[in-house]
Amino acid sequence: MSEPRVLIVDDHQLFRAGVRAELEPLLQIAGEASGVDEAVIAIQQHRPDVVLLDVHMPDGGGVEVIRRTAAQTETPPCFLALSVSDAAEDVIAVIRAGARGYVTKNISGEELAEAVRRVHDGDAVFSPRLAGFVLDAFAGPAPQPQSELDALTAREREVLQHIARGYMYKEIALRLEISPKTVEAHVSSVLRKLQLSSRHELTRWAAERGLDL
Amino acid sequence: MTTSSGSASAQTLRRDRDAGWIGGVAAGIARRFGIDPSLVRLAFVVAAAAGGFGLGAYLLAWILIPSGESASARSRLPTGRAAVEVAIGTGLLLLAALLTFRELGIWFSDAIVWPLVLIASGGALLWRQSLGGLAELPSAPSAREQPRASTPRTAAEVAVAESRRAAAAISRTGIGIALVIAAGFVFLQATGALGAARDVLLALVATVVVLSVIFAPWVVRLVRSLTHERTQRIRSQERAEMAAHLHDSVLQTLAMVQRSAGDPNEVAAIARRQERELRAWLAGRPAPGQAARLAAALEAAAADVEELYGVPVEVVVVGDRELDGDHEAIVAAAREAMTNAAKFGGGSTVDVYAESGAERTQVFVRDRGPGFDPAAVPGDRRGMRDSIVGRMQRHGGRARVGSAPGGGTEVELVLEKRQ
Repeated sequence: MSEPRVLIVDDHQLFRAGVRAELEPLLQIAGEASGVDEAVIAIQQHRPDVVLLDVHMPDGGGVEVIRRTAAQTETPPCFLALSVSDAAEDVIAVIRAGARGYVTKNISGEELAEAVRRVHDGDAVFSPRLAGFVLDAFAGPAPQPQSELDALTAREREVLQHIARGYMYKEIALRLEISPKTVEAHVSSVLRKLQLSSRHELTRWAAERGLDL
Repeated sequence: MTTSSGSASAQTLRRDRDAGWIGGVAAGIARRFGIDPSLVRLAFVVAAAAGGFGLGAYLLAWILIPSGESASARSRLPTGRAAVEVAIGTGLLLLAALLTFRELGIWFSDAIVWPLVLIASGGALLWRQSLGGLAELPSAPSAREQPRASTPRTAAEVAVAESRRAAAAISRTGIGIALVIAAGFVFLQATGALGAARDVLLALVATVVVLSVIFAPWVVRLVRSLTHERTQRIRSQERAEMAAHLHDSVLQTLAMVQRSAGDPNEVAAIARRQERELRAWLAGRPAPGQAARLAAALEAAAADVEELYGVPVEVVVVGDRELDGDHEAIVAAAREAMTNAAKFGGGSTVDVYAESGAERTQVFVRDRGPGFDPAAVPGDRRGMRDSIVGRMQRHGGRARVGSAPGGGTEVELVLEKRQ
């Protein structure tokens, strides 16, 4: 199977160059874009498999790119959000808009390449920090009427806690004595809940946590 | 007015200031004997007209009968309308008393009567105003907080209400002063001393007018420049604070980065510490070191370890809580575990995950070092481990060190909630 083709979207030229230098030996680089408009056009043009998307950009940021691409294309690429920000509302907003994962910019080149491959395979990528946010957001009792989307199962919590503790998916599988595919399934299920849940914590909580997190 | 205080005042004789016109004497008596207050008032008026007996009786009753201390009576005392009514009442009562004396053949000249009446009214108003201000102090919070608690009011609304109250108080004080001054005028007029007084006053007024014409522009400019200066000072204070912060943090860090440019690990650690600190500052969190909450204390410990050993430490905290003695111990133990992980983890990232809930607080510290065989633990490491495990046990918690060759080491600290 061929390596996924990656489009790098970031308004900092220096950062794009750095990511390109780190990823070029590992993956195919389809192109770069420096803003929201440019990114939407580049996605149409280059048809990348995965878009590495900066959360913070002028004119709406990563969320706007995902929204406009979804409106234009039947088969949008996978989005992996990449940000220097660790503010909860940014993370939650971009995941709810449709990104398949969120990693912070201090991630190593190899880990980033691995994350891109995983997203390309249809899996979700949770950094320890994102796992922590999700656990926080889903803490407390589920609202009524109870929806399957509004609460995490015990197993999902366990998997997320291990991600937050710094475990790789394979290691989680070993520890919990389940297959790596099952771990992936749990993470994808959490991602779906994160995107579709109507838990008011996910919307209101983000703003609140933004203040005192 | 509550029913309980109503029944209480029905049994004992109390002045009823809620229902009363002047001192609540008639209303109080009427309430005590269960009759219409108008009848009592009529009786007083008739008695007053017939030789002034009623008036004396009323005054005596006002002085002797204690007032029913209902909440509304208390809060009514300082209110504006009541103060004005009391002032008018005082004036009228005094007038009535003087007229009674006249009937009895004791008469002072008009030069005394009218000024006395005016002074009494104005004085009563002023007294009420200043005493009301005193009485307001203890009763005000309960009276004012209640509406604020039920309907959240904005600071602006409260400020408007406050300024309105202040304005009303000032205007009442003004009326009181005007009455007293008017009394003085009337007295001077009646005694024929007004001419001299008028000359003095005229000279005074002329002086004030002249002086204010001369100094008014200067005063206005002074006030304006003072306000301007004040805003400038606040602005420059803010700027100085920001500059001081940047100097202490970012500039120092940049200097350190330049000095240790040859050591990438060092530079990275310095940069990460600065990043942490700056983020905390931007988010308005307390700076590490004065942390009173679990998350901030763990972040601070991680920053210290990072700085000391040049190894990145990632902290994720779910839930947060105040630090008590036990939680300070878990932070200290976590710090030991981070130090361990940084020293023996082979330079890999240290992951710290803490979860604090209603039942327990857990902290996990994980490195991806070569790991170790628990059976063949080096001596110094055993000592550290003892300090972690021992410390947790002393505070009613527990610690577990899990390690497998190739998989790194993980320390788990647990603090169950005490019963």
